[in-house]
Amino acid sequence: MKKSSRLIAGLVGLAGLTLAAAAGAQEKPTPGGTLNMIAQPEPPMLMVGLNTQGPTLYVGGQIYQGLLSYGKDLKVLPSLAKAWEVSEDGLTYTFTIQEGVKWHDGKPFSAEDVVFTADKFLREAHPRWRYIANTYIESITSPSADTVVFKLKRPFSAFLYAFELSSFPVVPKHVYDGTDYRTNPANQTPIGTGPFKFKEWKRGSYIHLVKNEDYWKPGMPHLDELYFRIVPDAASRAVAFEKGAVDVLRGGDVEGFEVRRLSKLDGVTTTTDGWEMYSPLVFMQWNMRKAPFDNKLVRKAIMHAVDRDFVVRNVWFGLGKPAVSPFASTTRFFSDDVSTYPFDLAKAKELIAQSGVKPQEHTIRLMPIPYGTQWDRMAEYVKQQLEQLGFKVDIRAVDAGGWSQALSEWDFDITFNFTYQYGDPALGVARHYLSTNIIKGTPFANNEGYQNPAVDELFLKAASAVDEAEAKAAYAEVQKMITDDVALGWLFEQRNVTIMRDKVKNLVRTGIGVNESMDDVWIAK
Amino acid sequence: MKTLEFLIQRLAKAAFVVLGVVILNFLLIQLAPGDPAAVLAGEAGAGDEQFIAQLRAQFGLDQPLYVQLLSYLQNILSGDLGYSYRNQVPVADLIMERLPATLLLTGSAFVFSLVLGIVLGVLAAYKRGSLGDSLIMTGALVFYATPLFWVALMAVLVFSIHLDWLPPFDMESIGAGYTGWARAADIAHHLVLPTVTLGLFFTAVYTRLTRASMLEVMNLDFVKTARAKGVPKGRIIRRHVLRNAILPVFTFASVQAGQLVGGAVLTETVFAWPGIGRLMFDALMQRDYPVLLGVFLVTAAVVVLVNLVADLLYRFVDPRIETAG
Repeated sequence: MKKSSRLIAGLVGLAGLTLAAAAGAQEKPTPGGTLNMIAQPEPPMLMVGLNTQGPTLYVGGQIYQGLLSYGKDLKVLPSLAKAWEVSEDGLTYTFTIQEGVKWHDGKPFSAEDVVFTADKFLREAHPRWRYIANTYIESITSPSADTVVFKLKRPFSAFLYAFELSSFPVVPKHVYDGTDYRTNPANQTPIGTGPFKFKEWKRGSYIHLVKNEDYWKPGMPHLDELYFRIVPDAASRAVAFEKGAVDVLRGGDVEGFEVRRLSKLDGVTTTTDGWEMYSPLVFMQWNMRKAPFDNKLVRKAIMHAVDRDFVVRNVWFGLGKPAVSPFASTTRFFSDDVSTYPFDLAKAKELIAQSGVKPQEHTIRLMPIPYGTQWDRMAEYVKQQLEQLGFKVDIRAVDAGGWSQALSEWDFDITFNFTYQYGDPALGVARHYLSTNIIKGTPFANNEGYQNPAVDELFLKAASAVDEAEAKAAYAEVQKMITDDVALGWLFEQRNVTIMRDKVKNLVRTGIGVNESMDDVWIAK
Repeated sequence: MKTLEFLIQRLAKAAFVVLGVVILNFLLIQLAPGDPAAVLAGEAGAGDEQFIAQLRAQFGLDQPLYVQLLSYLQNILSGDLGYSYRNQVPVADLIMERLPATLLLTGSAFVFSLVLGIVLGVLAAYKRGSLGDSLIMTGALVFYATPLFWVALMAVLVFSIHLDWLPPFDMESIGAGYTGWARAADIAHHLVLPTVTLGLFFTAVYTRLTRASMLEVMNLDFVKTARAKGVPKGRIIRRHVLRNAILPVFTFASVQAGQLVGGAVLTETVFAWPGIGRLMFDALMQRDYPVLLGVFLVTAAVVVLVNLVADLLYRFVDPRIETAG
């Protein structure tokens, strides 16, 4: 393999050199300029350690940085850590941090900040990190000024994936130590290590960030200023892009039908890259504590009755891919050797007949997730399909607060939900199926009430595997089992589209997309 | 002396009204499913019972309802509107930051609709039955019947996208760094579309009211007398008819003035106007109770005050009316 690539390299050497030189000259970043974007909805705060909403990460990702980042292929990349080492037994992780990094207030960044972040701040404030820290971590120390050592109680195969911006934003110890993190006034004037500094937030109008002159990567960032505009109306956001008031639309900023139209404008580039780390996967979530969803055959029938190709094509304007497994096909342990449920109404009706359930006796409350018109259309489609099976269906419209409450309290029949995969099934997927995660208080746990001891065991086995092949085998087995049980009704993998003007260069470079520090982003003149 | 007595009496009543509104709102909000902690947990994409419990304790939601109400009332009476934990900013700051934008917008719309409505109404009455009258009244009927958000969207489509005359949204050019008069001009430019959109409905109302009221007065005996005396028509309209016909318009204007703070949610949303209406709407969606209650309080106070002022002004508009408690 290596040999042949060297040979090819030799053959195309000369031509390649000239080409590269030409491309390099053309692609030399132009310094300066202002990038206009939209923060939708307006985030409550920019402190990424306390709030992990999409727009908070989008804006806050320019101010704060994670310890690591991840490529589009989910390869682990350096961020505030420049190198890392994992011991043979999978129990010791040693990170070496970047040199010469300064906080925005001029104080030097050190390994102590990372220890504080991991051991105190996030353990207290961040539900996902708290779980990891309390379950797996034995100790966090910094033996020297530039190294941090995590010792684990038992191996955790997903550990290297837990250091992304939304899971592990590094926060300044000198600002937060000994204070009440949530009420610290510094949350209003965030201080990070990122390429841009907080300048002004005019609520309801815009958030203004400016270049960090002391940024630790030499010659960066290229841009002078970032504006995140607050435009509450979806139609106005499309107009804003069309009129050139903003240069970038993040996935979800405009409705699906606008994506199609705006993509075709002159001088506009689109990409679905930059969501690999999150890979949102949409599913129907039913309450398995209740009839008729306690019956496996009914769940199978519903899967057969919903045409996922139709949903993606007609409700989501093609911005997705029908899902076959609880794991997104963009992630590392995805397996397609699972029970599948192709659209087949006759078979669905047959399964209902076999199940012994009399559908006309059940009125199902269908609660769409209140995130926009496309979700409502999908609810109408699913209602129609369930009615074809003979069920009576009431759509129960709620707002975000009502949805969150009803799902957290298990007061629902069927709803839609989605999960971010966070690069590893142990971080983003397992939480929806582990019986230990049947908890109230959050809409993103095992709210359906699925219990299968074999699944629990396999997830545990995969998570504590030291060898990747071992994890892979366990995850393949678990996917088979969960799809046979139809724990959830997987619908599709979302493909979010980032739309930008051609002049915006280098925007989407990694698997966290627009949340990545925009230090290498530039605008062609 | 009578006026002063009236004023004191009314102010005392007003205080009770506002207090009642606060208590009622406080209780009504509790009826909505989901609290701020649940919303935040939903947005965070994760959470556990400890997370929710931490948030509830911090928001004071772990206290019994009457304790929350009492401490809220206590704070209100000492002039403290509370603290928005969601935004980590005192509520008073949030409201004061957004109030000027709303007052500018609703104030402009108020003046715009009042002036244009009366002028059009007088013209229509003056030229009753003419083509101009028909045109004005048809226009008034159309804008009376058309939903606000549709007018807004169409206005953006025509004047911003096709003609490119006016900015489609925002209150000023962001990042332009204008100061002084340049900034005022910039804001005025941005103000045109939202003002017209918000004002058209009331313009239509004033036009119809003015015309109907004018026509009624024009048939009265004293107008006939004036005409018989040979007073010029324009002078009759101005001095005799309009003055007597203005009362219903004034009444309706006081209704519009009562909505100065809370009545522009839709317009503010479509035009990305950073006003208080949107603050209220967002707070409702996020169950940010202190902010919501704060906005309700300010809105209620403005409505009560405007009503009081209107009642006092009636005497100047029509001296035949006596102030009574």
